[in-house]
Amino acid sequence: MGVDNPLGDNIITTSLDLLVNWSRKSSIWPMTFGLACCAIEMMATGASHNDLDRFGIIFRASPRQSDCIIIAGTVTKKMLPVIKTVYEQMPEPKWVIAMGACACSGGIFDTYSVVQGIDEALPVDVYIPGCPPRPEALLFGLMKLQDKIMKERNSFGAAIGLGERYIPEAA
Amino acid sequence: MATTETMTLNMGPQHPSTHGVLRLVLELDGEVIVKVTPHIGFLHRGVEKLSEHRTYHQILPLTDRLDYLAPMSNNLGYILAVEKLMAVEVPERAETIRIIMAELTRLESHLVWIACHALDIGAMTVFIYAFRERETVMEIYELISGARMTSNFFRVGGLSQDVPDEFVKKVSDFIDVMPGYLDQYEGLLTTNPIWLKRTVGNGVISAEDAIDIGLTGPALRGSGVDWDLRRDVTYAGYDKYQFKVPVGEKCDTFDRYKVRLVEMREACKIVRQGLDRLKPGPVLADSPQVCYPPKESVYNSIEGLIHHFKIASEGFPAPEGEVYQGIEAPKGELGYYIVSEGGNKPERLRIRPPSFVNLQAISQMSVGSMIADLVAVIGTLDIVLGEIDR
Repeated sequence: MGVDNPLGDNIITTSLDLLVNWSRKSSIWPMTFGLACCAIEMMATGASHNDLDRFGIIFRASPRQSDCIIIAGTVTKKMLPVIKTVYEQMPEPKWVIAMGACACSGGIFDTYSVVQGIDEALPVDVYIPGCPPRPEALLFGLMKLQDKIMKERNSFGAAIGLGERYIPEAA
Repeated sequence: MATTETMTLNMGPQHPSTHGVLRLVLELDGEVIVKVTPHIGFLHRGVEKLSEHRTYHQILPLTDRLDYLAPMSNNLGYILAVEKLMAVEVPERAETIRIIMAELTRLESHLVWIACHALDIGAMTVFIYAFRERETVMEIYELISGARMTSNFFRVGGLSQDVPDEFVKKVSDFIDVMPGYLDQYEGLLTTNPIWLKRTVGNGVISAEDAIDIGLTGPALRGSGVDWDLRRDVTYAGYDKYQFKVPVGEKCDTFDRYKVRLVEMREACKIVRQGLDRLKPGPVLADSPQVCYPPKESVYNSIEGLIHHFKIASEGFPAPEGEVYQGIEAPKGELGYYIVSEGGNKPERLRIRPPSFVNLQAISQMSVGSMIADLVAVIGTLDIVLGEIDR
């Protein structure tokens, strides 16, 4: 596959990978990046009834401190450059969640001003359907992201500057 | 002789306190605001243009997504405008349920307002409390319409379906406990010295200026202008209900806060009156030209199925003419202006969103105050970018 993994797959490196992955998935810090209706459900997920804190998910106001961006709402052509800038400001490793029909595909707004899905610009890890998705759906999407993080290999090697993170094909 | 010049600072569109994707360009003299210029359009989705290619029934789901904190109020405004155009009479039960839901929507919108406003100023607890109560309103939404936020529950001529039996008990239980919760918020905020320092004397706008700019809703009433469309230009049967319209005196953020809290208490009383008036009966008008047939007849008779297909695919032809319907949405006067040149689609649908007009006051309300106070001004205007940009 051409993925650079100089440490190889052995019991020591995979255990270290697991440790790194576990700590990353247990402290996903998303950005407070509300765009439209879905942002309200994102807030509802973070509030008392659903309580994201129990997953170690704490919203950060700055892209420099966060490792996940939840695109919660309609992305317009005017907003897209801003989203790209914010995404580029986030340090690696970083993940993208497309929340709701608008962020996944443009939704019902097939118009001149709306970007038809954020995957035109950013590499999306998890798509959450719904208009807007229920808080439970967002929780499920975040847990899917956690599963995805746990499948990553060479995350320890990449962290010390050797090779790059990848997800094995079979996983 | 040393000269000073103002500094320009950009705020947003990615900022946790701008309530969405609002961009403000501030001109500052030190920490004092000289000028605020709002830049909007980051959430422009082309709803008005989209409406020109849809039948009257198909436009309804778009209105949910304008002011997404008050979806049922948006539905109500649009539906009333279409009903005015088509001259449809709504059955009493449908009218009552509409008012109950519109007032629960007002509660919900104000709950999110108090949560965000307090959070912006630094009171985290209120956010957690207010979202707890909002969850109950969302459960009621889900009970009757199947969706938590984008309900799409009203129809031209009535409602999409009757409410289930547990609706009355659930709403009644909620408005029984809600005043107690409001006391909790007041206990946290009204006499809190930090809250008072941040809100009293902040964002002052006189009654004349408020009228000149065109402020509506709690932002206008906080400046002491006694104007409420529910009472003064009544619609949807609000004239049968008794409620007080609170007004402020000092025209500042604290007075607008008090006005909204009293509005929430009054909303509970209106809902209670609505529940008392609720009688069994039809929820859809008897005008087959305009209304969808009841679901039983769609599933069990070929005539009903054809009728449903015709309304769903073709819509209904509207007479030529222009109508305007304004309602007292939680944020102010929400108006729908429909221009019809016959046919099943509007020639033009113009939406007058309260937030868009209220946002104009931001410069006047914040000039001369500190940067930190701007966040309180944004909170007190209670803007939603979905309806500003449409």
